[in-house]
Amino acid sequence: MINLDVVTVGTELPTLTLAPISRTTLALFAGASGDHNPIHLDLDVAKSAGLDDVFAQGMLSMAYLGRLLTSWVPQERIRSFDVRFAAITPVHGAPTCTGRVTSIEIIDNERLATLELTVTLADGVVTLSGGAVIAID
Amino acid sequence: MIPSSAVGTPLPPTSAVIERGRLRFFAEAIGETDPLYTDLETARAAGYEDLPVPPTFLFGLELDAPAPFAWLFDFGVDLRFILHGSQRFNYESLAFAGDELLLTPTISSVYEKRGGALEFVVVDTVVTRRSERIAMFTKTIVVRHPELEAAR
Repeated sequence: MINLDVVTVGTELPTLTLAPISRTTLALFAGASGDHNPIHLDLDVAKSAGLDDVFAQGMLSMAYLGRLLTSWVPQERIRSFDVRFAAITPVHGAPTCTGRVTSIEIIDNERLATLELTVTLADGVVTLSGGAVIAID
Repeated sequence: MIPSSAVGTPLPPTSAVIERGRLRFFAEAIGETDPLYTDLETARAAGYEDLPVPPTFLFGLELDAPAPFAWLFDFGVDLRFILHGSQRFNYESLAFAGDELLLTPTISSVYEKRGGALEFVVVDTVVTRRSERIAMFTKTIVVRHPELEAAR
């Protein structure tokens, strides 16, 4: 956990680097998350929709970003968390999660840090971009 | 096509009891190694009443219900062509294993881009525990129409 006293604009969160996503991970995440959409699991369904292969659930990558946040601050400090899914994550894609403080404001006697969050694959493709607001005291 | 008159339509609510085993399964699936999310003693030592529900877990509770996208299917949507466009969570307090949560979704916006080749449906879901609101999340679902895309 970070010492919140030292958080300033420009502070970077420790990067979270994930191993390449396997088909097993897609299956486990489908069961654990409740998202049973076969487009992530069943090659026949993916092909019938004109795709070459299944692809990872967007919420799997958002969950990785959630890990980035909760390894940085206690979860109850997260006020909001949002992402836009910019590109699909193929099987074997290896996501890297990064975050940076872009502003700090005081609202209702609470210091709030706004973070910029990104998930990037090894080839440089940005799959998720988003943000979070964290109460820092 | 999803009519703009759908805005404001409440969708079926979901009631869910959060199970410790399910939270541990979720932690395994996302590679979570912090024992706070899997070990009861660690969670209690941190001052939590039980295992905490991690930030994005609430999203899946609605999908767990039977035929969660029946309402989209009823609008004539081919479920193979839906994408998750964006997702937002606003948190008021944490949820824990053992909590019984009520999720009440409402269609809040419908719009299209690229001449209708992409339709967007926004759904706001309020999460309450014993009538206390603990979170709201907003999902944007994108419906692709490849035949319209090809015609452009």
